[in-house]
Amino acid sequence: MINLQAIRVIYKYEMLRAWNTLLQTIASPVIATSLYFVVFGAAIGSRIEEVEGVSYGVFIVPGLVMFALLTQSISNASFGIFFPKFTGTIYEVMSAPISFFEIVVGYVGAAATKSLILGTIILLTANLFVDLRVEHPLVMVLFLVLTCISFSLFGFIIGLWATNFEKLQLIPMLVITPLVFLGGSFYSVSMLPPAWQTVTLFNPVLYLISGFRWSFFEVADVSVGISLAMISLFLLACLGLVWWMFKTGYRLRQ
Amino acid sequence: MPAIVQIQSLSKTYASGHQALSTVDLEIEEGEILALLGPNGAGKTTMISIICGIVSPSTGRVLVAGHDIVDEYRITRELIGLVPQELTLGAFDTVWNTVNFSRGLFGQKPNPAYIEQVLKDLSLWDKRESELRELSGGMKRRVLIAKALSHEPKILFLDEPTAGVDVELRQDMWKLVRRLNDSGVTIILTTHYIEEAEEIADRVGIINQGKLLLVEDKASLMHKLGKKQLQIELRAPVAAVPESLAAYKLEASADGCQLTYTYDTQGERTGITALLQDLHAAGLQLKDLKSSQSSLEEIFVSLVSAP
Ligand SMILES: Nc1ncnc2c1ncn2[C@@H]1O[C@H](COP(=O)(O)OP(=O)(O)OP(=O)(O)O)[C@@H](O)[C@H]1O
Ligand SMILES: [Mg+2]
Repeated sequence: MINLQAIRVIYKYEMLRAWNTLLQTIASPVIATSLYFVVFGAAIGSRIEEVEGVSYGVFIVPGLVMFALLTQSISNASFGIFFPKFTGTIYEVMSAPISFFEIVVGYVGAAATKSLILGTIILLTANLFVDLRVEHPLVMVLFLVLTCISFSLFGFIIGLWATNFEKLQLIPMLVITPLVFLGGSFYSVSMLPPAWQTVTLFNPVLYLISGFRWSFFEVADVSVGISLAMISLFLLACLGLVWWMFKTGYRLRQ
Repeated sequence: MPAIVQIQSLSKTYASGHQALSTVDLEIEEGEILALLGPNGAGKTTMISIICGIVSPSTGRVLVAGHDIVDEYRITRELIGLVPQELTLGAFDTVWNTVNFSRGLFGQKPNPAYIEQVLKDLSLWDKRESELRELSGGMKRRVLIAKALSHEPKILFLDEPTAGVDVELRQDMWKLVRRLNDSGVTIILTTHYIEEAEEIADRVGIINQGKLLLVEDKASLMHKLGKKQLQIELRAPVAAVPESLAAYKLEASADGCQLTYTYDTQGERTGITALLQDLHAAGLQLKDLKSSQSSLEEIFVSLVSAP
């Protein structure tokens, strides 16, 4: 038996929370992305005209979308579960007839939905600046959905693990942001010196951005199959971790 | 009929190594009001938290309506409502939303009419669109009660419901508790005050340092513990208690200025009227009178040291 009502209210009130903080949830990433777009697209784009046959302004769009999705999925989902822990209202979720599975579906589902909406909005915003073409829309949607779910799950794990606000910011700031910047969001890996190209191959975000970009322009640093495999692997790893947390009652039950 | 809550050799040692509960056995009968009485740190909240699923037990087990709280938590938790000790509420939710959220969390389909009734009973109806951070402490306490009642529980835990609550709300709360109890809800509440337990409970459990010292019918407990003392201050010191007052077993203080009379509040008669008349007859002039009840601490001491 699954407590569908519980999933429904968690999802609904998490979405409602986003609605109440609309400015923070949607507007600020959109503005930030537009700024990146102006700065990178206009400033750098005037020097680099084309990357692998795609104009630079268009080339960076998939990277910008991924950048926003990753950071927002993590911050949304981590905050969603960290905050009740912080204020103590988590007692109610813990005393409810609800399994860890339902908690995860409710919180992560809401966070992933928000990211998906956000990603769509950013794509539409980008379309105002440049002419976007998408060669493989289904693959693009698949990448969007997989990314939203797996990084929301990852954010949820961080939110459970964090015992204070500092730890909550630690991984997004120290790990995710550098990985995204160095993962070819704003350039093609082939533009780097050979030594750095090899190093970059150890960056998981590279595979994500490369695959996502392929769905737009059929231009990729690594093959799209490997990209899909990597993101699926990451999703499985997060699911495994969450399952382990569920088994042990990690950081929730004393 | 078996007890609705059966606690069997329940112990809890926190990760810090602190043992908060040691082998507690307790049966709570369906439909009763049980007060758990104990000083700070006695383990009351720990015990409630285990039954509600917030804290895992170290050893022992708990059955609610015959179901194990760990293996069959879906069944047991649906039956339970909890009003926590701390005023833990979100900040930006509205009263209406947070109470409906609770109902859904406990697996119940929406029922606006029922929630409306609960909010009206708790005088929260006018505040339903208010954000939680705008509410006073007493109103927040009421919201917590509304949340606990939102899924129509059969067992209600109230962890120190009267902390930070004014006289009026306390009276309202007791009325509500009685009404719920009349409709068949089993009620367990914790308190620091013996008067409170006396006012509302059918049975009283006394807990100290993680041990359940006794559980008894309120009436018989009050009889046992309901000793009061009357301190009589005299205008002039007496060398010894006069012979004519021997029957009262008065104790004189060292300086002879004060006499202490111990009596039983639950007895047929306290003997105070007679004592005052006899004091007058013995020619003693009174300066002041003061009565006091044994404090909870003294009761603990007497319970722990009793053979
Ligand atoms: N999470 C925790 N980790 C470690 N020790 C804890 C934890 N929670 C409670 N304790 C300890 O367990 C003991 C019992 O605490 P508990 O909160 O159950 O007492 P209580 O009877 O509810 O007290 P009060 O009347 O102050 O609410 C205390 O000594 C407390 O310090
Ligand atoms: Mg307590």
